Amino acid sequence: MILQVQGISKVFGGLQALSNVTFDLPKGQILGLIGPNGAGKTTLFNVINGVYTPTEGRVLFLGQDITGRKTYHVAHMGMARTHQIVRPLNELSVLENVMVGACFGREKRSLRSARAVAQEVLEFVGLSERAEQLAGSLNVGQKKRLEMARALASRPHLLLLDEVLAGLNPSEIAAMVETVRRIREQGVTIIMIEHVMHAIMNVSDRILVLDYGQQIAEGTPEEISNNPRVIEAYLGDPKLAERLMEGE
Amino acid sequence: MKRLQPHLGLLTAVLAVLMMGIVPIISGNPATREVMFTILRAVTLASSLNILLGYTGYVSFGHIVFFGFGGYVGFYLMTVQGQSLWTAMLAGGVSSAVLAFLLGKAILRLRGAYFALATIGVNEAMRAFINNFQPFGGPVGMTLNFKVYQQYGGAASALQLSFYIMLALSVAVVVLSYVVRTSKFGLGLLAIREDEDAAEVMGVVAPDAKTWAYVLSAIFPGVVGVLFFFKNGSVEPLDAFPLHTSIEMIVMVMLGGYGTVFGPVLGAAGYQRMRGLLVTSPIFKNVQLFVAGALLLGIVLFVPAGVVGWVRQRWPTLRRVLQ
Repeated sequence: MILQVQGISKVFGGLQALSNVTFDLPKGQILGLIGPNGAGKTTLFNVINGVYTPTEGRVLFLGQDITGRKTYHVAHMGMARTHQIVRPLNELSVLENVMVGACFGREKRSLRSARAVAQEVLEFVGLSERAEQLAGSLNVGQKKRLEMARALASRPHLLLLDEVLAGLNPSEIAAMVETVRRIREQGVTIIMIEHVMHAIMNVSDRILVLDYGQQIAEGTPEEISNNPRVIEAYLGDPKLAERLMEGE
Repeated sequence: MKRLQPHLGLLTAVLAVLMMGIVPIISGNPATREVMFTILRAVTLASSLNILLGYTGYVSFGHIVFFGFGGYVGFYLMTVQGQSLWTAMLAGGVSSAVLAFLLGKAILRLRGAYFALATIGVNEAMRAFINNFQPFGGPVGMTLNFKVYQQYGGAASALQLSFYIMLALSVAVVVLSYVVRTSKFGLGLLAIREDEDAAEVMGVVAPDAKTWAYVLSAIFPGVVGVLFFFKNGSVEPLDAFPLHTSIEMIVMVMLGGYGTVFGPVLGAAGYQRMRGLLVTSPIFKNVQLFVAGALLLGIVLFVPAGVVGWVRQRWPTLRRVLQ
Protein backbone atom coordinates (compact mmCIF):
# COMPACT_ATOMS: atom_id res chain seq x y z
CA MET A 1 0.00 0.00 0.00
CA ILE A 2 1.44 3.35 -0.98
CA LEU A 3 -1.16 5.33 0.92
CA GLN A 4 -3.36 4.42 3.86
CA VAL A 5 -6.00 6.83 5.06
CA GLN A 6 -7.38 5.74 8.40
CA GLY A 7 -10.46 7.24 10.01
CA ILE A 8 -9.84 10.82 8.90
CA SER A 9 -12.16 13.47 10.30
CA LYS A 10 -11.78 17.20 9.91
CA VAL A 11 -13.88 19.81 11.65
CA PHE A 12 -13.82 23.54 10.84
CA GLY A 13 -15.59 25.37 13.62
CA GLY A 14 -19.04 23.81 13.54
CA LEU A 15 -18.62 22.27 10.10
CA GLN A 16 -17.84 18.58 9.82
CA ALA A 17 -15.91 18.68 6.55
CA LEU A 18 -14.81 15.04 6.67
CA SER A 19 -15.99 12.23 8.88
CA ASN A 20 -14.22 8.94 9.26
CA VAL A 21 -12.81 8.56 5.76
CA THR A 22 -10.85 5.33 5.39
CA PHE A 23 -9.24 3.78 2.33
CA ASP A 24 -6.10 2.03 1.15
CA LEU A 25 -4.42 2.77 -2.14
CA PRO A 26 -2.17 0.13 -3.75
CA LYS A 27 0.83 1.24 -5.79
CA GLY A 28 0.20 1.97 -9.44
CA GLN A 29 -3.56 2.46 -9.24
CA ILE A 30 -5.66 5.43 -10.21
CA LEU A 31 -8.24 6.29 -7.59
CA GLY A 32 -11.03 8.61 -8.65
CA LEU A 33 -12.48 10.85 -5.97
CA ILE A 34 -15.92 12.17 -6.79
CA GLY A 35 -18.80 13.82 -5.01
CA PRO A 36 -21.01 16.90 -5.23
CA ASN A 37 -19.60 20.36 -4.61
CA GLY A 38 -18.66 20.88 -0.98
CA ALA A 39 -18.39 17.14 -0.32
CA GLY A 40 -14.90 17.54 1.13
CA LYS A 41 -12.78 16.26 -1.74
CA THR A 42 -10.24 19.07 -1.75
CA THR A 43 -10.22 19.06 2.04
CA LEU A 44 -9.26 15.39 1.90
CA PHE A 45 -6.35 16.30 -0.42
CA ASN A 46 -5.32 19.03 1.98
CA VAL A 47 -5.30 16.57 4.84
CA ILE A 48 -3.35 13.99 2.86
CA ASN A 49 -0.58 16.34 1.75
CA GLY A 50 -0.29 18.21 5.03
CA VAL A 51 -1.99 21.55 4.38
CA TYR A 52 -4.41 20.68 7.19
CA THR A 53 -3.89 18.51 10.24
CA PRO A 54 -6.88 16.18 10.62
CA THR A 55 -9.04 16.43 13.74
CA GLU A 56 -8.94 12.65 13.98
CA GLY A 57 -7.30 9.80 12.12
CA ARG A 58 -3.99 9.01 10.52
CA VAL A 59 -2.42 9.20 7.08
CA LEU A 60 0.31 6.70 6.21
CA PHE A 61 2.43 7.30 3.13
CA LEU A 62 4.91 4.60 2.09
CA GLY A 63 4.33 3.01 5.48
CA GLN A 64 5.24 6.15 7.42
CA ASP A 65 2.83 8.15 9.54
CA ILE A 66 2.73 11.61 7.91
CA THR A 67 -0.24 12.98 9.86
CA GLY A 68 0.38 16.64 10.66
CA ARG A 69 3.69 16.80 8.76
CA LYS A 70 4.47 19.97 6.85
CA THR A 71 3.61 20.04 3.15
CA TYR A 72 7.30 20.28 2.19
CA HIS A 73 8.19 17.16 4.20
CA VAL A 74 5.44 15.28 2.42
CA ALA A 75 6.68 16.67 -0.91
CA HIS A 76 10.23 15.48 -0.16
CA MET A 77 8.88 11.98 0.46
CA GLY A 78 7.45 11.92 -3.05
CA MET A 79 3.90 13.24 -2.97
CA ALA A 80 3.00 15.99 -5.41
CA ARG A 81 -0.28 17.73 -6.09
CA THR A 82 -2.01 20.18 -8.36
CA HIS A 83 -4.42 22.84 -7.19
CA GLN A 84 -8.03 23.12 -8.24
CA ILE A 85 -7.63 26.87 -8.40
CA VAL A 86 -4.34 27.14 -10.26
CA ARG A 87 -1.46 28.75 -8.41
CA PRO A 88 1.19 29.64 -10.97
CA LEU A 89 4.25 31.59 -9.82
CA ASN A 90 3.17 34.45 -12.07
CA GLU A 91 6.35 36.49 -12.36
CA LEU A 92 8.53 33.45 -13.08
CA SER A 93 8.82 31.82 -16.48
CA VAL A 94 6.99 28.58 -17.22
CA LEU A 95 10.34 26.79 -17.21
CA GLU A 96 11.30 28.23 -13.83
CA ASN A 97 7.94 27.20 -12.39
CA VAL A 98 8.61 23.62 -13.35
CA MET A 99 12.22 23.82 -12.17
CA VAL A 100 10.96 24.66 -8.67
CA GLY A 101 9.27 21.28 -8.61
CA ALA A 102 12.40 19.49 -9.79
CA CYS A 103 14.75 21.40 -7.47
CA PHE A 104 12.81 21.10 -4.25
CA GLY A 105 10.65 18.01 -4.67
CA ARG A 106 11.59 14.40 -4.06
CA GLU A 107 14.75 14.38 -6.16
CA LYS A 108 16.12 17.76 -5.00
CA ARG A 109 18.01 18.29 -8.22
CA SER A 110 20.62 20.91 -8.96
CA LEU A 111 19.60 23.88 -11.11
CA ARG A 112 21.31 22.46 -14.17
CA SER A 113 19.70 19.03 -14.08
CA ALA A 114 16.39 20.55 -12.97
CA ARG A 115 16.40 22.57 -16.18
CA ALA A 116 16.78 19.39 -18.22
CA VAL A 117 14.00 17.63 -16.31
CA ALA A 118 11.76 20.68 -16.65
CA GLN A 119 12.24 20.80 -20.41
CA GLU A 120 11.45 17.11 -20.64
CA VAL A 121 8.29 17.46 -18.54
CA LEU A 122 7.14 20.52 -20.48
CA GLU A 123 7.54 18.50 -23.65
CA PHE A 124 5.45 15.74 -22.06
CA VAL A 125 2.54 18.03 -21.16
CA GLY A 126 2.86 19.98 -24.40
CA LEU A 127 4.01 23.34 -23.08
CA SER A 128 7.58 23.40 -24.39
CA GLU A 129 7.02 26.24 -26.81
CA ARG A 130 5.83 28.38 -23.87
CA ALA A 131 8.87 27.67 -21.69
CA GLU A 132 10.24 31.21 -21.67
CA GLN A 133 6.89 32.94 -21.26
CA LEU A 134 5.84 34.29 -17.86
CA ALA A 135 3.51 31.83 -16.15
CA GLY A 136 1.00 34.62 -15.50
CA SER A 137 0.44 35.06 -19.22
CA LEU A 138 -0.84 31.51 -19.84
CA ASN A 139 -4.52 30.73 -20.37
CA VAL A 140 -6.46 28.47 -18.00
CA GLY A 141 -5.88 25.26 -19.90
CA GLN A 142 -2.17 25.96 -20.09
CA LYS A 143 -2.05 26.84 -16.41
CA LYS A 144 -3.65 23.51 -15.58
CA ARG A 145 -0.99 21.76 -17.59
CA LEU A 146 1.65 23.85 -15.85
CA GLU A 147 0.32 22.69 -12.47
CA MET A 148 0.64 19.14 -13.74
CA ALA A 149 4.16 19.73 -15.08
CA ARG A 150 5.34 21.20 -11.78
CA ALA A 151 4.02 18.22 -9.89
CA LEU A 152 5.54 15.74 -12.34
CA ALA A 153 8.93 17.42 -12.33
CA SER A 154 9.52 16.19 -8.80
CA ARG A 155 9.13 12.61 -10.08
CA PRO A 156 6.58 11.78 -7.39
CA HIS A 157 5.49 8.37 -6.17
CA LEU A 158 1.97 9.64 -5.58
CA LEU A 159 0.25 12.38 -7.54
CA LEU A 160 -2.87 14.19 -6.32
CA LEU A 161 -4.75 15.79 -9.22
CA ASP A 162 -7.42 18.27 -8.20
CA GLU A 163 -9.85 18.86 -11.09
CA VAL A 164 -7.31 19.07 -13.87
CA LEU A 165 -10.09 18.67 -16.42
CA ALA A 166 -12.35 21.47 -15.18
CA GLY A 167 -12.67 24.32 -17.62
CA LEU A 168 -11.09 22.41 -20.50
CA ASN A 169 -12.77 21.85 -23.86
CA PRO A 170 -13.51 18.28 -25.07
CA SER A 171 -10.34 17.88 -27.12
CA GLU A 172 -8.23 19.24 -24.25
CA ILE A 173 -9.96 16.77 -21.94
CA ALA A 174 -9.13 13.88 -24.22
CA ALA A 175 -5.50 14.99 -24.34
CA MET A 176 -5.32 15.37 -20.57
CA VAL A 177 -6.88 11.93 -19.94
CA GLU A 178 -4.28 10.48 -22.25
CA THR A 179 -1.57 12.30 -20.30
CA VAL A 180 -2.89 10.88 -17.02
CA ARG A 181 -2.78 7.36 -18.46
CA ARG A 182 0.79 7.85 -19.60
CA ILE A 183 1.79 9.11 -16.16
CA ARG A 184 0.35 5.96 -14.63
CA GLU A 185 2.28 3.84 -17.12
CA GLN A 186 5.43 5.35 -15.66
CA GLY A 187 4.52 3.76 -12.34
CA VAL A 188 3.04 6.81 -10.61
CA THR A 189 0.06 6.22 -8.33
CA ILE A 190 -2.68 8.81 -8.80
CA ILE A 191 -5.68 10.12 -6.92
CA MET A 192 -7.80 12.41 -9.00
CA ILE A 193 -10.75 14.58 -8.11
CA GLU A 194 -13.00 15.13 -11.07
CA HIS A 195 -16.45 16.24 -12.09
CA VAL A 196 -16.18 15.15 -15.70
CA MET A 197 -17.86 11.76 -15.20
CA HIS A 198 -17.15 9.98 -18.46
CA ALA A 199 -13.47 10.82 -18.09
CA ILE A 200 -13.10 9.65 -14.53
CA MET A 201 -15.14 6.50 -15.09
CA ASN A 202 -12.86 5.73 -18.01
CA VAL A 203 -9.53 6.28 -16.40
CA SER A 204 -9.97 5.16 -12.76
CA ASP A 205 -9.30 1.69 -11.39
CA ARG A 206 -11.46 2.41 -8.37
CA ILE A 207 -13.68 5.25 -7.30
CA LEU A 208 -14.46 6.70 -3.92
CA VAL A 209 -17.53 8.86 -3.44
CA LEU A 210 -17.82 11.56 -0.81
CA ASP A 211 -21.01 13.33 0.18
CA TYR A 212 -21.14 15.88 3.00
CA GLY A 213 -17.80 14.58 4.23
CA GLN A 214 -19.07 11.00 4.43
CA GLN A 215 -17.59 8.22 2.40
CA ILE A 216 -20.78 6.87 0.84
CA ALA A 217 -19.35 4.37 -1.64
CA GLU A 218 -16.17 2.80 -2.90
CA GLY A 219 -15.66 0.38 -5.77
CA THR A 220 -14.97 -0.12 -9.45
CA PRO A 221 -16.48 2.40 -11.87
CA GLU A 222 -19.25 -0.10 -12.81
CA GLU A 223 -20.21 -0.67 -9.18
CA ILE A 224 -20.25 3.04 -8.51
CA SER A 225 -22.39 3.95 -11.49
CA ASN A 226 -25.04 1.46 -10.37
CA ASN A 227 -24.92 2.35 -6.70
CA PRO A 228 -28.26 3.88 -5.65
CA ARG A 229 -26.70 6.02 -2.90
CA VAL A 230 -24.36 7.60 -5.40
CA ILE A 231 -27.13 8.27 -7.86
CA GLU A 232 -29.14 9.81 -5.06
CA ALA A 233 -26.28 12.05 -4.00
CA TYR A 234 -25.87 13.33 -7.53
CA LEU A 235 -29.39 13.33 -8.90
CA GLY A 236 -31.59 13.19 -5.84
CA ASP A 237 -33.83 10.19 -5.17
CA PRO A 238 -33.90 8.11 -8.40
CA LYS A 239 -37.26 6.65 -7.48
CA LEU A 240 -38.63 10.17 -7.08
CA ALA A 241 -38.94 10.65 -10.84
CA GLU A 242 -40.68 7.30 -11.23
CA ARG A 243 -43.07 8.09 -8.41
CA LEU A 244 -43.87 11.46 -9.92
CA MET A 245 -44.51 9.85 -13.29
CA GLU A 246 -46.79 7.29 -11.73
CA GLY A 247 -48.62 9.96 -9.79
CA GLU A 248 -49.60 11.74 -12.99
CA MET B 1 34.85 36.73 -23.00
CA LYS B 2 32.80 33.69 -24.00
CA ARG B 3 32.98 32.26 -20.52
CA LEU B 4 31.82 35.54 -19.06
CA GLN B 5 28.82 35.77 -21.32
CA PRO B 6 26.33 34.01 -19.05
CA HIS B 7 27.30 36.44 -16.33
CA LEU B 8 26.80 39.64 -18.30
CA GLY B 9 24.18 40.74 -15.81
CA LEU B 10 26.70 40.60 -13.00
CA LEU B 11 29.30 42.37 -15.08
CA THR B 12 27.00 45.32 -15.80
CA ALA B 13 26.17 45.80 -12.14
CA VAL B 14 29.76 45.47 -10.93
CA LEU B 15 31.01 47.85 -13.62
CA ALA B 16 28.40 50.41 -12.61
CA VAL B 17 29.56 50.23 -9.00
CA LEU B 18 33.24 50.42 -9.99
CA MET B 19 32.57 53.44 -12.17
CA MET B 20 30.98 55.24 -9.25
CA GLY B 21 33.96 54.27 -7.14
CA ILE B 22 36.57 55.38 -9.64
CA VAL B 23 35.28 58.93 -10.12
CA PRO B 24 36.57 60.26 -6.76
CA ILE B 25 39.77 58.21 -6.97
CA ILE B 26 40.65 59.90 -10.26
CA SER B 27 39.46 63.36 -9.33
CA GLY B 28 41.02 63.18 -5.85
CA ASN B 29 38.33 65.56 -4.63
CA PRO B 30 37.29 64.75 -1.03
CA ALA B 31 33.84 66.26 -1.53
CA THR B 32 33.12 63.95 -4.49
CA ARG B 33 34.45 61.09 -2.42
CA GLU B 34 32.01 61.81 0.38
CA VAL B 35 29.11 62.02 -2.04
CA MET B 36 30.13 58.71 -3.57
CA PHE B 37 30.55 57.16 -0.14
CA THR B 38 26.95 58.03 0.61
CA ILE B 39 25.80 56.59 -2.70
CA LEU B 40 27.77 53.38 -2.24
CA ARG B 41 26.43 53.03 1.28
CA ALA B 42 22.95 53.32 -0.20
CA VAL B 43 23.86 50.71 -2.83
CA THR B 44 24.87 48.18 -0.18
CA LEU B 45 21.84 48.86 1.98
CA ALA B 46 19.40 48.70 -0.93
CA SER B 47 20.98 45.60 -2.49
CA SER B 48 20.93 43.85 0.87
CA LEU B 49 17.31 44.75 1.48
CA ASN B 50 16.50 43.54 -2.03
CA ILE B 51 17.41 39.97 -1.05
CA LEU B 52 14.52 40.01 1.40
CA LEU B 53 12.17 42.50 -0.26
CA GLY B 54 12.82 41.80 -3.91
CA TYR B 55 13.63 38.10 -3.98
CA THR B 56 11.60 36.80 -1.05
CA GLY B 57 8.75 39.30 -1.11
CA TYR B 58 8.90 40.27 2.55
CA VAL B 59 8.72 44.01 3.18
CA SER B 60 11.07 44.97 5.99
CA PHE B 61 10.32 48.53 7.06
CA GLY B 62 12.83 48.46 9.88
CA HIS B 63 15.81 47.06 8.01
CA ILE B 64 18.01 49.89 9.26
CA VAL B 65 18.06 48.10 12.63
CA PHE B 66 20.86 45.87 11.31
CA PHE B 67 22.89 48.89 10.25
CA GLY B 68 22.50 50.44 13.69
CA PHE B 69 22.94 47.30 15.73
CA GLY B 70 25.99 46.06 13.82
CA GLY B 71 27.41 49.57 13.89
CA TYR B 72 26.97 49.81 17.65
CA VAL B 73 28.56 46.44 18.35
CA GLY B 74 31.56 47.25 16.13
CA PHE B 75 31.89 50.74 17.54
CA TYR B 76 31.84 49.37 21.07
CA LEU B 77 34.65 46.97 20.19
CA MET B 78 36.74 49.79 18.70
CA THR B 79 36.26 52.35 21.47
CA VAL B 80 35.96 50.30 24.63
CA GLN B 81 37.83 47.13 23.70
CA GLY B 82 40.44 48.80 21.47
CA GLN B 83 39.88 46.36 18.61
CA SER B 84 40.87 47.14 15.02
CA LEU B 85 38.41 48.30 12.38
CA TRP B 86 38.68 44.90 10.68
CA THR B 87 37.67 42.94 13.75
CA ALA B 88 34.93 45.45 14.44
CA MET B 89 33.47 45.16 10.92
CA LEU B 90 33.55 41.39 11.14
CA ALA B 91 31.83 41.51 14.52
CA GLY B 92 29.27 44.01 13.22
CA GLY B 93 28.35 41.73 10.34
CA VAL B 94 28.19 38.63 12.50
CA SER B 95 26.13 40.26 15.22
CA SER B 96 23.61 41.61 12.71
CA ALA B 97 23.40 38.17 11.14
CA VAL B 98 22.76 36.55 14.52
CA LEU B 99 20.15 39.17 15.34
CA ALA B 100 18.43 38.51 12.00
CA PHE B 101 18.52 34.77 12.61
CA LEU B 102 16.85 35.09 16.01
CA LEU B 103 14.35 37.69 14.80
CA GLY B 104 13.61 35.62 11.72
CA LYS B 105 12.67 32.62 13.81
CA ALA B 106 10.21 34.82 15.67
CA ILE B 107 8.64 37.19 13.14
CA LEU B 108 9.07 35.58 9.71
CA ARG B 109 6.00 33.47 10.33
CA LEU B 110 4.04 36.69 9.97
CA ARG B 111 3.02 37.64 6.48
CA GLY B 112 2.37 40.81 4.55
CA ALA B 113 1.53 43.89 6.57
CA TYR B 114 1.98 42.07 9.87
CA PHE B 115 5.61 41.30 9.13
CA ALA B 116 6.21 44.88 7.97
CA LEU B 117 4.72 46.23 11.20
CA ALA B 118 6.77 43.84 13.29
CA THR B 119 10.00 45.05 11.65
CA ILE B 120 9.15 48.66 12.52
CA GLY B 121 8.51 47.52 16.08
CA VAL B 122 11.87 45.78 16.20
CA ASN B 123 13.71 48.89 15.04
CA GLU B 124 11.94 51.15 17.52
CA ALA B 125 12.41 48.65 20.34
CA MET B 126 16.10 48.34 19.57
CA ARG B 127 16.52 52.11 19.60
CA ALA B 128 14.74 52.36 22.94
CA PHE B 129 16.90 49.56 24.32
CA ILE B 130 20.19 51.14 23.18
CA ASN B 131 18.98 54.47 24.52
CA ASN B 132 18.91 52.92 27.98
CA PHE B 133 21.86 50.57 27.65
CA GLN B 134 24.72 52.18 29.57
CA PRO B 135 27.62 50.07 28.20
CA PHE B 136 26.78 51.56 24.79
CA GLY B 137 26.61 55.06 26.25
CA GLY B 138 22.83 55.33 26.55
CA PRO B 139 21.25 58.36 24.85
CA VAL B 140 24.62 60.11 24.44
CA GLY B 141 26.17 57.27 22.50
CA MET B 142 29.90 56.79 22.13
CA THR B 143 32.74 58.81 20.64
CA LEU B 144 35.87 57.49 19.03
CA ASN B 145 39.14 58.74 20.44
CA PHE B 146 40.79 60.70 17.66
CA LYS B 147 44.04 58.83 18.25
CA VAL B 148 42.49 55.67 16.89
CA TYR B 149 42.82 57.08 13.36
CA GLN B 150 46.60 57.14 13.75
CA GLN B 151 46.66 53.37 13.33
CA TYR B 152 45.39 54.04 9.83
CA GLY B 153 47.84 56.83 9.03
CA GLY B 154 45.88 59.78 10.39
CA ALA B 155 42.34 61.03 9.92
CA ALA B 156 42.67 61.96 6.26
CA SER B 157 43.97 58.61 5.15
CA ALA B 158 41.46 56.82 7.41
CA LEU B 159 38.73 58.56 5.40
CA GLN B 160 40.39 57.50 2.18
CA LEU B 161 40.67 53.93 3.47
CA SER B 162 37.02 53.96 4.49
CA PHE B 163 36.09 54.84 0.95
CA TYR B 164 38.07 51.93 -0.50
CA ILE B 165 36.47 49.56 1.96
CA MET B 166 33.05 50.94 1.09
CA LEU B 167 33.74 50.35 -2.58
CA ALA B 168 34.87 46.78 -1.92
CA LEU B 169 31.79 46.12 0.20
CA SER B 170 29.50 47.46 -2.53
CA VAL B 171 31.05 45.13 -5.08
CA ALA B 172 30.77 42.24 -2.61
CA VAL B 173 27.07 42.93 -2.02
CA VAL B 174 26.35 43.07 -5.73
CA VAL B 175 28.15 39.76 -6.22
CA LEU B 176 26.23 38.24 -3.30
CA SER B 177 22.97 39.55 -4.72
CA TYR B 178 23.79 38.03 -8.10
CA VAL B 179 24.86 34.68 -6.67
CA VAL B 180 21.65 34.45 -4.64
CA ARG B 181 19.52 35.51 -7.62
CA THR B 182 20.95 32.84 -9.90
CA SER B 183 21.18 30.01 -7.37
CA LYS B 184 18.79 27.23 -6.49
CA PHE B 185 18.33 28.91 -3.12
CA GLY B 186 17.30 32.05 -4.99
CA LEU B 187 14.78 30.14 -7.10
CA GLY B 188 13.22 28.95 -3.85
CA LEU B 189 13.04 32.54 -2.60
CA LEU B 190 11.36 33.71 -5.81
CA ALA B 191 8.86 30.87 -5.47
CA ILE B 192 8.11 32.02 -1.92
CA ARG B 193 7.63 35.58 -3.17
CA GLU B 194 5.13 34.46 -5.79
CA ASP B 195 3.11 32.05 -3.65
CA GLU B 196 4.48 30.82 -0.36
CA ASP B 197 1.95 28.01 0.16
CA ALA B 198 2.34 26.69 -3.37
CA ALA B 199 6.12 26.82 -2.95
CA GLU B 200 5.88 24.72 0.20
CA VAL B 201 3.66 22.18 -1.54
CA MET B 202 6.42 21.86 -4.16
CA GLY B 203 8.92 21.16 -1.40
CA VAL B 204 10.50 24.55 -0.69
CA VAL B 205 11.26 24.64 3.03
CA ALA B 206 9.99 28.19 3.35
CA PRO B 207 10.75 28.82 7.04
CA ASP B 208 14.43 27.98 6.55
CA ALA B 209 14.78 29.75 3.22
CA LYS B 210 13.18 32.93 4.61
CA THR B 211 15.41 32.89 7.66
CA TRP B 212 18.56 32.59 5.55
CA ALA B 213 17.38 35.31 3.21
CA TYR B 214 16.85 37.55 6.24
CA VAL B 215 20.31 36.69 7.58
CA LEU B 216 21.98 37.38 4.22
CA SER B 217 20.18 40.68 3.95
CA ALA B 218 21.40 41.71 7.42
CA ILE B 219 25.13 40.96 7.19
CA PHE B 220 26.28 43.84 5.00
CA PRO B 221 24.17 46.52 6.66
CA GLY B 222 25.92 45.51 9.90
CA VAL B 223 29.39 45.74 8.36
CA VAL B 224 28.58 49.06 6.70
CA GLY B 225 27.25 50.38 10.01
CA VAL B 226 30.62 49.84 11.65
CA LEU B 227 32.44 51.51 8.77
CA PHE B 228 30.04 54.44 8.71
CA PHE B 229 30.34 55.19 12.42
CA PHE B 230 34.10 54.66 12.35
CA LYS B 231 34.29 57.34 9.69
CA ASN B 232 31.79 59.46 11.58
CA GLY B 233 33.77 59.23 14.83
CA SER B 234 30.66 58.93 16.97
CA VAL B 235 27.48 56.96 17.26
CA GLU B 236 24.20 57.77 18.94
CA PRO B 237 20.76 56.11 18.92
CA LEU B 238 19.05 58.65 16.64
CA ASP B 239 21.74 58.28 13.97
CA ALA B 240 21.88 54.53 14.21
CA PHE B 241 18.20 53.68 13.87
CA PRO B 242 16.58 56.35 11.64
CA LEU B 243 13.25 54.94 10.48
CA HIS B 244 13.09 57.35 7.55
CA THR B 245 16.33 55.93 6.12
CA SER B 246 14.75 52.53 6.38
CA ILE B 247 11.87 53.74 4.25
CA GLU B 248 14.26 55.41 1.82
CA MET B 249 15.90 51.99 1.36
CA ILE B 250 12.55 50.64 0.20
CA VAL B 251 12.11 53.60 -2.16
CA MET B 252 15.53 52.90 -3.69
CA VAL B 253 14.78 49.22 -4.26
CA MET B 254 11.38 49.95 -5.77
CA LEU B 255 12.74 52.79 -7.92
CA GLY B 256 15.48 50.69 -9.49
CA GLY B 257 13.45 47.51 -9.73
CA TYR B 258 12.84 45.00 -6.97
CA GLY B 259 14.03 41.47 -7.49
CA THR B 260 16.76 42.45 -9.96
CA VAL B 261 20.50 42.67 -9.31
CA PHE B 262 21.05 45.95 -11.09
CA GLY B 263 17.86 47.63 -9.89
CA PRO B 264 18.93 48.48 -6.33
CA VAL B 265 22.28 49.81 -7.63
CA LEU B 266 20.55 52.10 -10.07
CA GLY B 267 17.81 53.00 -7.60
CA ALA B 268 20.28 53.87 -4.87
CA ALA B 269 22.42 56.00 -7.15
CA GLY B 270 19.41 57.74 -8.69
CA TYR B 271 17.67 58.38 -5.42
CA GLN B 272 20.80 59.66 -3.70
CA ARG B 273 21.53 62.01 -6.60
CA MET B 274 18.00 63.34 -6.41
CA ARG B 275 18.19 63.66 -2.66
CA GLY B 276 21.49 65.50 -2.98
CA LEU B 277 19.93 68.01 -5.36
CA LEU B 278 16.84 68.43 -3.18
CA VAL B 279 18.60 69.06 0.12
CA THR B 280 20.81 71.70 -1.44
CA SER B 281 17.90 73.47 -3.10
CA PRO B 282 16.37 76.25 -0.99
CA ILE B 283 12.83 75.36 -2.07
CA PHE B 284 12.95 71.62 -1.54
CA LYS B 285 15.37 71.15 1.32
CA ASN B 286 12.63 70.81 3.93
CA VAL B 287 10.38 68.59 1.88
CA GLN B 288 12.83 66.04 0.50
CA LEU B 289 11.17 63.20 2.43
CA PHE B 290 7.84 64.30 1.02
CA VAL B 291 9.32 63.94 -2.45
CA ALA B 292 10.59 60.46 -1.51
CA GLY B 293 7.10 59.47 -0.41
CA ALA B 294 5.50 60.86 -3.56
CA LEU B 295 8.11 59.04 -5.63
CA LEU B 296 7.33 55.74 -3.91
CA LEU B 297 3.64 56.26 -4.49
CA GLY B 298 4.26 57.03 -8.15
CA ILE B 299 6.40 53.94 -8.66
CA VAL B 300 4.01 51.58 -6.93
CA LEU B 301 1.07 52.96 -8.93
CA PHE B 302 2.59 53.35 -12.36
CA VAL B 303 5.87 51.43 -12.68
CA PRO B 304 5.66 48.67 -10.06
CA ALA B 305 8.55 46.81 -11.68
CA GLY B 306 10.89 49.80 -11.26
CA VAL B 307 13.24 51.18 -13.88
CA VAL B 308 15.17 47.96 -14.54
CA GLY B 309 12.04 45.83 -14.46
CA TRP B 310 10.34 48.17 -16.89
CA VAL B 311 13.27 48.15 -19.29
CA ARG B 312 13.41 44.35 -19.11
CA GLN B 313 9.73 44.12 -20.00
CA ARG B 314 10.04 46.67 -22.77
CA TRP B 315 13.19 45.37 -24.40
CA PRO B 316 13.55 41.63 -23.73
CA THR B 317 16.85 41.56 -25.62
CA LEU B 318 18.43 43.62 -22.85
CA ARG B 319 17.59 40.99 -20.25
CA ARG B 320 20.95 39.29 -20.49
CA VAL B 321 22.75 42.53 -19.74
CA LEU B 322 20.36 43.87 -17.13
CA GLN B 323 19.64 41.34 -14.44
